[in-house]
Amino acid sequence: MDGYAAYLWPAYLLTFAVLGWNVLSARRALREARAEARRRIVADREEGA
Amino acid sequence: MDWTWFHKFGSPPHVYRLARTLTPWFAWPAGILIVTALYGGLLLAPPDYQQGDGFRIVYVHAPSAWLSTMVYAVMASAAAVGLIWRMKVAHAVAASCAGIGASFTAASLVTGMLWGEPMWGTWWVWDPRLVAQLVLLFLFLGYIGLRSAIDDLGRADRASAVLAIVGVVNLPIIRYSVEWWNSIHQTPSVMKMDRPSMPMDMLAPLLMMLLGFTLFFAAVLLVRLRAEVLRRERGAAWVKEVVS
Repeated sequence: MDGYAAYLWPAYLLTFAVLGWNVLSARRALREARAEARRRIVADREEGA
Repeated sequence: MDWTWFHKFGSPPHVYRLARTLTPWFAWPAGILIVTALYGGLLLAPPDYQQGDGFRIVYVHAPSAWLSTMVYAVMASAAAVGLIWRMKVAHAVAASCAGIGASFTAASLVTGMLWGEPMWGTWWVWDPRLVAQLVLLFLFLGYIGLRSAIDDLGRADRASAVLAIVGVVNLPIIRYSVEWWNSIHQTPSVMKMDRPSMPMDMLAPLLMMLLGFTLFFAAVLLVRLRAEVLRRERGAAWVKEVVS
């Protein structure tokens, strides 16, 4: 890599870490929102019973 | 003119279901384009005659920088729609953009530093382009901070929308700073009126990476949007059908 490896690989590593973080955090946010909605439904059912 | 299609975007269940359907249509092409561009950029593109293999940072730096300004434009547009037409889904879109935009702005700054050190001999200079990009990061962080500081969702939506709209003034500064002022940063190589100043074997992987990152943003935004819509609508009847 022409002596640029010390700059090139960290740049790629960081960018792909950002891509990965975006995927994981979006999926986690959706999972948590679904779980919260389910909890709400169960709580409403229990209140109604 | 029939505006029914536009009004549908104000309906949370419609937007939630549409986002769920569209996500794979953006995610898979994004993955294929990014992997192909990675192969092309790292293995097929020839070294630059001046920068050698160091120029290959462009394949992650330029798409991150492009995404940072594009995400801000989408965020501010959605915030404006939310503010003007009082469309809650538009505020949800804006809120979903902020984290994505902040992460890619930070990536563009750090990859720029990793490119700048070997080429300019310094990690950082107080150059107009670099400073404007740093201001963009502060705008994203300010937007996130403002939203989390206000408990009332309606007030948080309105206040953060105003901040997002005011911050739009920074976008032309980022774009034209290298032309308006003396800048150490290079002028645009691809996004300009003239022909791109890169040969096709270097340009093709870059264009693929730019498109791949754009589709990636769309896919991640749609997943985040579903989460945001669910959070806002968790008491609604349609949510029961969706999550149970």
